Amino acid sequence: MLEILSNPNVQWVLFGTTALGIAGGVLGSFALLRRQSLISDAMSHAALPGICIAFLIVGEKMMGALLVGAGLTAYLGTYCIQAIAYYTRLKTDAAIGLVLSVFFGIGIVLLTFINNLPIGGQAGLNEFIFGQAAAMTSSDVRVISSVALVLVIITILLFKELKLLIFDREFARGIGLPTTVLNGLLMTMIVAAVVIGLQAVGVVLMVAMLIAPAITARYWTDRLDVMVILSGVFGAISGILGTVTSAPISGMPTGPIIIVAACIVFFVSLIVAPKKGLVVKAYRLQQLRKQTAREQILQSLYELVEEHYQASGSLTDFAREEIRALRPLSERRFRKTLNGLERSGKIDAKEEGYALTTSGRETAHNVTLNNRYMQMYAMHEARFANLQMEKRNWDFLSLPEEERERLHALLQEHQLEPRLMQGGRL
Amino acid sequence: MNPITAKNVTVAYQRKPVLQSIDFEAPEGKLIGIIGPNGAGKSTLLKSILDLVPKASGEVNIYGKPYRKQRQKVGYVPQRGSVDWDFPTNALDVVLMGRYGQIGMFRRVKKKDRREAMSCLEKVGMDQYANRQISQLSGGQQQRVFLARALAQNAQVYFMDEPFVGVDAATERAIIQLLSELKDQGKTVLVVHHDLHTVRDYFDWTMLLNVRKIAFGPTTETFKKDLLQKTYGGKLTLLDQEEEQEVTPLA
Repeated sequence: MLEILSNPNVQWVLFGTTALGIAGGVLGSFALLRRQSLISDAMSHAALPGICIAFLIVGEKMMGALLVGAGLTAYLGTYCIQAIAYYTRLKTDAAIGLVLSVFFGIGIVLLTFINNLPIGGQAGLNEFIFGQAAAMTSSDVRVISSVALVLVIITILLFKELKLLIFDREFARGIGLPTTVLNGLLMTMIVAAVVIGLQAVGVVLMVAMLIAPAITARYWTDRLDVMVILSGVFGAISGILGTVTSAPISGMPTGPIIIVAACIVFFVSLIVAPKKGLVVKAYRLQQLRKQTAREQILQSLYELVEEHYQASGSLTDFAREEIRALRPLSERRFRKTLNGLERSGKIDAKEEGYALTTSGRETAHNVTLNNRYMQMYAMHEARFANLQMEKRNWDFLSLPEEERERLHALLQEHQLEPRLMQGGRL
Repeated sequence: MNPITAKNVTVAYQRKPVLQSIDFEAPEGKLIGIIGPNGAGKSTLLKSILDLVPKASGEVNIYGKPYRKQRQKVGYVPQRGSVDWDFPTNALDVVLMGRYGQIGMFRRVKKKDRREAMSCLEKVGMDQYANRQISQLSGGQQQRVFLARALAQNAQVYFMDEPFVGVDAATERAIIQLLSELKDQGKTVLVVHHDLHTVRDYFDWTMLLNVRKIAFGPTTETFKKDLLQKTYGGKLTLLDQEEEQEVTPLA
């Protein structure tokens, strides 16, 4: 594999795919947040007729000219989408579907026409459909990487303006930003990021080069600056992975493999990302279920004991069926939680069933008290808005004495005061 | 000089008039409420003053000059629903956006701007939430972040579009507190409002609007049954009991 990398052609290709991975990732973040993922797909499809027309005009495969042609029709396609959505009753999704297929159709017609021309056969414009990274020459790569560099520089210089434009365009206009110019600039930048990838990845797959790194990055961060950088990094990684894997095997299509690499990076992030990843989410849900089951059993047992104590003045134990009847849990969860509670010394297993231990009674009392405070709080939310319980993680027991008094008075009013352990002891 | 002078402001969407010949001069250092039924053009009036919708005719001056020359003097709190709260950013960052006008294009955000933004968050009681992702804020907290962003603009005249919609009681109190502080500093605040019960408590001056300007003046003179009936048509019954109550301004 390393010998392959010493091949100068492969080095150029690697450099090119890395550069367009970065540019695609950076601009893709903006396209994603502007909800323009599908518009960028239409853009790349709309670039095909432009490439063909430019080729017919220039008469040879001159990368700069082809990219300009691609950019012009991509831009025209985008404009058509917006015009259709604005002037007709069609919605944006219909406009995107229409423009994408019509422009792509025209592109294919022109491509077939060119292929039948004497000069067309060898030109290899077909590579623009699915991309052919290996066909990139050093001069192609120079064009691609200069455009990518310019895009990154503009993004750095105008980062805060672009951020505000996407987040709140009206406010941006209000403070005097030239939003029309910025909007046009951002559009042009996205078009540029699309067209430089067409040769390597192709019009059909190019949208993934923009969107896959961006959605991946969104899983790892809640900050736009970090997201844009990560997205560029993920784009670059995909470009490198795709090129390095496909280079040693003849006939392996680099572009599609870059896309597959980008998708693998995405799926890995989807699963393992902190905070939003599926693993963390599943773990958190599991913990929540465990804790809820624990608190529910404690509270059920507490209420049973409480009722019995008020009637007879004595404590007793309760059969598992009685406990479970109050707050039904699945058999498995119920058994596991009971075992856990027993192990941590909160409940004792008796012949007839279960009883709270002294420490269990205290814990159960606190759980019950907190839940009943919660009940009061929910009933009279407006009166307690000042408490900001969300900040306290709904722990009413941590409230200052006087606030607790207010809630407690309500508990007494509704006769919901927990009766065991008044004054700290039974 | 008056902070806002509007002359003959007319806004039309495809020939259907939304605002017709609105004239008014807002006095300095007052809290001014704009009320009127749905579709009366309340938000449109704010947006036309801020050049966010094109005017079919008329002009608005801020301290005697057109708005585009006075942007630094104007702060704006849009409706909360107008942005995507899933946007990857935190509360402090949103407040910093209020400083972008003063920082200027191509320039970086400085420490001083951060301190300023932080103190604006403090003023709305949100300093503890500075690093919180904005989607994790409650509706009331989001509204307060928007207010803090307007404060960071350090303006003379503020425009707020329905700041009390969907906020909790604590936020409503915090906003009112803030409005009266702004007033004490001699700033003028124009608020689009729709809760008639609180108009007398909150605003010194009130504009009754329904496509045309029905009345504009001190709340005690404009918030009258006959004028309100003219604004809302015959739809109002709640006013009869309101009339009996005494006026006790909070702000």
